[in-house]
Amino acid sequence: MLCENCRKRPATVHYTQIINGVKTEMHLCEVCAKQKGTIEFDAPFSVTNFLAGILEPAFGTQMIKPSFEMQITCKGCGMTFEEFKRTGRFGCAMCYNSFSEKLYPIFRRIHGNTKHVGKIPSKMGENIAIKREIDKLKIELNIAIKNEEFERAAEIRDKIRELEKKLSRE
Amino acid sequence: MDEVVVTSRIRLARNLSDVPFTIKMNDYDAGLVIDRVKDVISKNKQYKFDFYEIKKLPLLKRQVLIEKHLISPALVSSKIKSAVAIDQNENISIMINEEDHLRIQVLYRGQNIQMAWEDANRIDDFLEEHLPYAYDETWGYLTSCPTNVGTGLRASFMLHLPALTLLGYIKEIIETITKLGIAVRGFYGEGSEVVGNLYQISNQITLGQPEEDIIANVVSITNQIIEQERQARLKLLTENRAFIEDKVYRSFGILKYARNISSNEALKLMSDVRMGISMGIIKETTIDKVDVLLNLIQPAMIQDYFGREMTPEERDIKRAELIRKILD
Repeated sequence: MLCENCRKRPATVHYTQIINGVKTEMHLCEVCAKQKGTIEFDAPFSVTNFLAGILEPAFGTQMIKPSFEMQITCKGCGMTFEEFKRTGRFGCAMCYNSFSEKLYPIFRRIHGNTKHVGKIPSKMGENIAIKREIDKLKIELNIAIKNEEFERAAEIRDKIRELEKKLSRE
Repeated sequence: MDEVVVTSRIRLARNLSDVPFTIKMNDYDAGLVIDRVKDVISKNKQYKFDFYEIKKLPLLKRQVLIEKHLISPALVSSKIKSAVAIDQNENISIMINEEDHLRIQVLYRGQNIQMAWEDANRIDDFLEEHLPYAYDETWGYLTSCPTNVGTGLRASFMLHLPALTLLGYIKEIIETITKLGIAVRGFYGEGSEVVGNLYQISNQITLGQPEEDIIANVVSITNQIIEQERQARLKLLTENRAFIEDKVYRSFGILKYARNISSNEALKLMSDVRMGISMGIIKETTIDKVDVLLNLIQPAMIQDYFGREMTPEERDIKRAELIRKILD
């Protein structure tokens, strides 16, 4: 069989695509298939391909996928959870937050763990301390307001603002 | 140099929190990240780095850097602007806009994983001071791929395992260590095949263990493989001396007299010679010389060595010439 595209080289790539139940078949040579970008030749067994498999809970999901399932989208970069599953890549740091709930089982499957216990960046360590301090002050603030100690409340509020400014500067 | 461990390598994956990751990045963002990192690196006083933008490099030079294992094929094939900073001793490279914004890599010859980790950690501390890292209290360093999250650490050894391969034990060993969370790869990392009996082994798990434990785990498994390889070499020598001497000398002979040789054939033969030296069969040359050749005979390196571009046929002739010169 000759390649459908160039009609010169023998067709070695037989490609079947099913979109919405419509089946399309293509018989191409390797050169034309590569040009059409239908299949990744350079990395036929890349991590991404395998990951996509890991990220799918089990086989058959495509058949039972409910169409009413809410699509989770990352607020940071617009990546959908579907897209993440397909590519095996996060779009930005915020994706971790956006997909947070769904990530625990995935990390457990890949790493057998869900909590980082290694290195903490020293700058982050400082930030974590500031965040804890802010939480503590907020409680104090509430108490001060309850007790109608407004002068003290104002003091605490200023302290919180200062710390928050420090955080956002980082 | 080491009979079994050819190189030790540490890699850290890092990202910036205020820029999309590389899959969602455009060329403009990519250029900004390169400029920011370049600016920070230039402030480092401890190491002197040379900086290269990949797309501005000639194709041959890109391939040379890949063959030196200073950059990955993925950095070169990146669709967005990518770059690398390489220290003058060529042990440290910082890849920019590979799969992650930053890939800090330290590579040493022989068994030097601890030194590699210390260097990588120091550079990471320095970069972190000046760049906003994507980091989460629960999940650690946030990476592009979920397989790297947490420490972002890959500790790996390039091992030369000819005897285990020859005796057919290697398959079983790979199966076993894979179950222990260790990945086995070929000469050029992910997706590459094993040539010259060189196997790259590394940790797979990056989350839930401290860096030191991850490294210690890879080291302890590597030590066991080294011991098994030594035993296998001893077994070959005591039980099949005539066979192994013949195999080693034939390979040595071809390398010494060939006038035209491909890099794959050369790697295969050099593997026998490297083993032969460690067994005391060959005394005329050293493991160091073979390891120099391992690097130099690669397709781009050979052109770089002779300072000009060559056709594959020409390379095979020049390769044979170079091998003769160094082995003599």
